[in-house]
Amino acid sequence: MDFNDSPEEAAFRAEARSWLAANAPAHELPVGVAIPDTEEADRGRAWMRALYAGGWSGLTFPKALGGRGLSGIEAVIFAEEEGKYHLPKGPFVSIGTGMALPVIAKHGTEEQKARFIEPTLKGDITWCQLFSEPAAGSDLAGLRTKAVRADDGSGDWIVNGQKVWSSWAHLTDWGILVVRTDPTVPKHKGLTFFVVDMKTPGIETRPIRQISGASEFNETFLTDVRIPDANRLGAEGEGWACCMTVLMGERLGSGAHRSGVEPLLGYAAATPDGRGGTMLDHSAIRQQLAEALAEEQGERFFQARLRTMVSKGENPGALAAMVKLAYASRYQRTNGLALELRGLAGIAAEADDTATGDVQYDYIYSTVMRIAGGADEVLRNQIAERVLGMPGEMRMDKDVPFEKLKG
Amino acid sequence: MNFDLSDEQKMLGEQARALLADMSPYDRLRTLIDSDAEWDEPLWRALADMGFLGAAIPEEHGGLGLGSLDLGVIMEALGAANAAVPFMSSIVLAAEAIRLAGSEAQRAAWLPRLASGEVVATFAYAEGPGPVFATGATLKASRLSGCKSPVADAGIADLAVVLVEGGHFALVELNQPGVKRTRLDSFDQLRPHYRIDFEGAAAETMPGIFMLERLVDQAAVQAAFEAVGAADACLRMARDYAMDRQIFGRPLGGFQAIKHKLADVAVATELARSNAYYGGWAAESSPDDLPAAAAAARLSGIRCFEMAARENLQVHGGIGYTFEANCHFYYRRERMLAVHLGNRAFWADRLLNVQPGSQVKAA
Repeated sequence: MDFNDSPEEAAFRAEARSWLAANAPAHELPVGVAIPDTEEADRGRAWMRALYAGGWSGLTFPKALGGRGLSGIEAVIFAEEEGKYHLPKGPFVSIGTGMALPVIAKHGTEEQKARFIEPTLKGDITWCQLFSEPAAGSDLAGLRTKAVRADDGSGDWIVNGQKVWSSWAHLTDWGILVVRTDPTVPKHKGLTFFVVDMKTPGIETRPIRQISGASEFNETFLTDVRIPDANRLGAEGEGWACCMTVLMGERLGSGAHRSGVEPLLGYAAATPDGRGGTMLDHSAIRQQLAEALAEEQGERFFQARLRTMVSKGENPGALAAMVKLAYASRYQRTNGLALELRGLAGIAAEADDTATGDVQYDYIYSTVMRIAGGADEVLRNQIAERVLGMPGEMRMDKDVPFEKLKG
Repeated sequence: MNFDLSDEQKMLGEQARALLADMSPYDRLRTLIDSDAEWDEPLWRALADMGFLGAAIPEEHGGLGLGSLDLGVIMEALGAANAAVPFMSSIVLAAEAIRLAGSEAQRAAWLPRLASGEVVATFAYAEGPGPVFATGATLKASRLSGCKSPVADAGIADLAVVLVEGGHFALVELNQPGVKRTRLDSFDQLRPHYRIDFEGAAAETMPGIFMLERLVDQAAVQAAFEAVGAADACLRMARDYAMDRQIFGRPLGGFQAIKHKLADVAVATELARSNAYYGGWAAESSPDDLPAAAAAARLSGIRCFEMAARENLQVHGGIGYTFEANCHFYYRRERMLAVHLGNRAFWADRLLNVQPGSQVKAA
């Protein structure tokens, strides 16, 4: 066991560090200043271009597809170094690199790979995800947006329905889309996967007003949207396999940017206890924060174990779900604790108390972490079934044609 | 980075598990409890024969000279089996205290005999209710006075390293007139505890000073390995029972209430295991990182075993409350492991005191 870089890894880290030192500062976002989302997206594209020009895009992607063909460990090293800068790397970047690229690489034709992979690595094409629907979240395969062949003999598909939680759909170029093409077969078997140009007539995105006050998620309405058959990924009826490829990417990729426990220690230490000390002096607070810190450390080293598995060619499978399951609840618990230890000023802070604003936002946003990319309950099922080998859920929808299902 | 055990360490773990499966099945534990046994002596001899007792003792003193991770792999197996041997007392604590703080003569006198299992030692630190690292005992002119209680495994120990005034260690042979040992009613029925009264007992001072933190940090890592092994055993026991037990026409393990509970235990156990690995690595290769690593390992080890021991018994239902079922060994040992070497509050405090970047002062 060696937690330090091997000589090769150290050399790679030094190379990454020196390139980032020369290139990253110009792309950093201002701290504590809100910028319009259009500007953030533009800056994201500019950073993608810089990465591509410097040879730092698609690190683990095969060379033949425009990547560098490096190991997972090297990607982690680069992400660690890159994470030291405040760069524009939101979902408008990661949905493309972490979801669209893997599914295109695995299920796409040669022509599709040539058409999408390099432009995505360069930031010329950005992506949104059109999966969830108002009545299909954790049970994604229950989705209702449907596609039928156009009756003009063109082979095109006509799509109608509604998608939801499509981050940045209003500013991205293309979407990955899963729809129902055959309601007469059981639900997982009647799905087909497409890539869709978001400028296609009939696509309308509307921002969702969220409980945080922000609106980075959208609902997307598809009305008689025409998609050429050339934009179908995989065979008709193989949409679920494509979804699995995407969702595995989401699981392994989630958590690149995280709010940790350490700032909350400072927050506690900056909150007076009314007895001449601070809230960090109190054992009840210390114990909860220390336990969270220990769990956070464990998660970091658990990820190191998973990366080691990946670098040996092993598939961590559902073990990866453990990371998000632990993180999301801790994120909610610790920020809830922080608001509580602050006293009433945690609820209504003075304008210059930006730390409280951050804690409030994190407490609100933690609810997203517990739902998106696999809700806690879904992840617990996965861990129980795939890691512990326990029975799957009893299902009412198995082998039943989709059109015969209730709801 | 290569954050995994080596093939040799995995093999060591397999050997330990195989030996324990053979010699320390649950029925053996029941027999030991029923006979009020001090320990499982044949198992101790077998551990000695396999070289496990001397795994981390230097080669010049009759050991194998292996490291914290190797020791941790053995501890994990001992934790999984809930074995009735004084490995923590004699090897992890006393032998290591002698290695860290003993004179060359003390090391030469005792380490080979501890490695061979010929001598059993313990580490006496608590002095009644309250914080466990107590220093009320005194050593003056090679005479030790005071009361240490409870002390694990003292009934079979020939030798004790005793924490005394000033944080020093005293080395004392227990078979002498100035030492009175009284067996207590131990909550962990497979680890006897004693009160020891020292009434001017002949004792040697150990020259190394300020070694308590280092010793306890290293032991905390080993305790974390032990807890992870035990938690994992509880998790597997609960899973196996839930898969076998039929209820309302299907396996108990098919209910989400059970699946989700055990998934949470699995997560806590894997996170704790990861902290234990890091602690073992830090103890071997990065001593500056050991204090924080040990505290994190200790806290997450306590947490996972607490969850696992409780939920294992819960999943078993009424049968789990019987002596014939195997949940109770772990349910009792868990509390013992949770408080020996300092409880959660102690280690939480220590983590915040030693974690880099966490010594935050009020603005």
